[in-house]
Amino acid sequence: MFISSQDSPATFQGFTLVMPAVAVGNVGQLAVDLIVSTLNMRRVGYFHTDCLIPMAGNNPYASGKADAEELHTPAEGGTTSQLQVLKSKFRQQLKSWIKASGFSRTVVLSSSHAYQRDDQQLQGTSLRYLMTPSLLAASADALKELGWREMERIPAFPGVDAEPRLCIPGGGITKGLYTDGCAEDLPLAVLLLFCSEGDNIPDAFALVNHLNDWLHLEEPKSKWKIPTSWSLLFGSGIPPALF
Amino acid sequence: MATFFGEVLSVYSRAVEEDEEELEENEEDEQIRRELEEKRAGNKVQCSSFILAVGHNAASFLSVYILASANWDAVGRGVAWNERSRSGTGPSGEGSACVFYRHKDEPAVLICHVTCHIAEDQLFQWTEKVFGYLQTRGLTVTVLSDSSVADYKTADYLCSSSAPFLRSLRSSAFSDQPVCQSLEQPNIITGLPAAVLNHCQVHSIAAVVYQCYSDVTGPDSITMDKYKPVLTKLGSTDVLRNFVRSSEIQSNLYI
Repeated sequence: MFISSQDSPATFQGFTLVMPAVAVGNVGQLAVDLIVSTLNMRRVGYFHTDCLIPMAGNNPYASGKADAEELHTPAEGGTTSQLQVLKSKFRQQLKSWIKASGFSRTVVLSSSHAYQRDDQQLQGTSLRYLMTPSLLAASADALKELGWREMERIPAFPGVDAEPRLCIPGGGITKGLYTDGCAEDLPLAVLLLFCSEGDNIPDAFALVNHLNDWLHLEEPKSKWKIPTSWSLLFGSGIPPALF
Repeated sequence: MATFFGEVLSVYSRAVEEDEEELEENEEDEQIRRELEEKRAGNKVQCSSFILAVGHNAASFLSVYILASANWDAVGRGVAWNERSRSGTGPSGEGSACVFYRHKDEPAVLICHVTCHIAEDQLFQWTEKVFGYLQTRGLTVTVLSDSSVADYKTADYLCSSSAPFLRSLRSSAFSDQPVCQSLEQPNIITGLPAAVLNHCQVHSIAAVVYQCYSDVTGPDSITMDKYKPVLTKLGSTDVLRNFVRSSEIQSNLYI
């Protein structure tokens, strides 16, 4: 599933893995784009699996002509681009790889449908977090300082089934990854935003800023660099003859 | 799916169960699979140049300019059975096959025509299976692929006179210079060309995809002609070099 490229470190032991879940608005993926682009991260490997639909293009993080013509694939170590997945099999493969690699912690960036919030979720910040017990123990102080809200358990079918459950509608494999992480004692955190489909660039910036408050990847006031792959997100130029 | 008037329409459903149970191989199946893989490893086809045509114009171009001579043998077929396979053709039908050709005098040159639809979840397996049969040391892969100009993103509006045009994408191991400019971001390729290019990139095989963007959806001679410059780059073996020369002679016919 993971094939190292030439410059890959010998081991990922002790590293922090930040990965997106394919979720509503692709917010997690856009946020990871910002991180890779700003920190000028280099590729260390590929996720080569039948769970991902193939696509390829030139370097989405090119800073100039020199590195523009470097081929990139659907999912790569250190970066991601568009992912469309077969959920449960990919989740199993991912979970096995995370365990085998020995990451000190895994952070999943995700999102959830804003329209499915209940009354209490409509108020206040749209950011939520989840942490597995093993990571919660190490991060309790940081969480207290950040003042984040934990994702609420709500009845899945109000009026029919009142038992509160963890629901992340539109979150893709997020809930599955979290529950697997809890069951297998993986140090895993989920950071998600409530949002709707549309222009999700502001949501991506919000999510990456929240992540930065915790992990301190960049100086607080510095700007995130938008990758070249974000150009023409809403289609080509308009034909002048239209007007 | 039946409509109001009783006609039956085929619908494409990519629905996947939320929590699919994993299929567990039993020991016997696993042993059979392992033995098959070991057997296959010893029977790899020597190949220095693999040319893949995806789409009707790409396939027709290769048929007209390279396969037209009688020196090519059809050596294999790959069948992808999916919801778009035409009823009545069946798994052994013509409509659903990918056909492999090998030159009689130069067996290290392989050509494959793909004019059928290969579903998204079949692309990875198709590529792994085909490349599993090839000896990949020293291999160069060339993919010709049809695409619609409607899928091409550019800030400056493209008027219809600019199509058809060619763009290229290559793997890191491809050291030669492609015959046209590289595909600009944010454009991407998908489908079988992407699956092949991904495989080559991950396994360090030299590969180049030439994607022809056309405003005509069906077979079209002007679109086919756009692939001609690729012939100059296929001269890695004597067989293909001869075809390049003979094609050049033909183009001087009316001068």
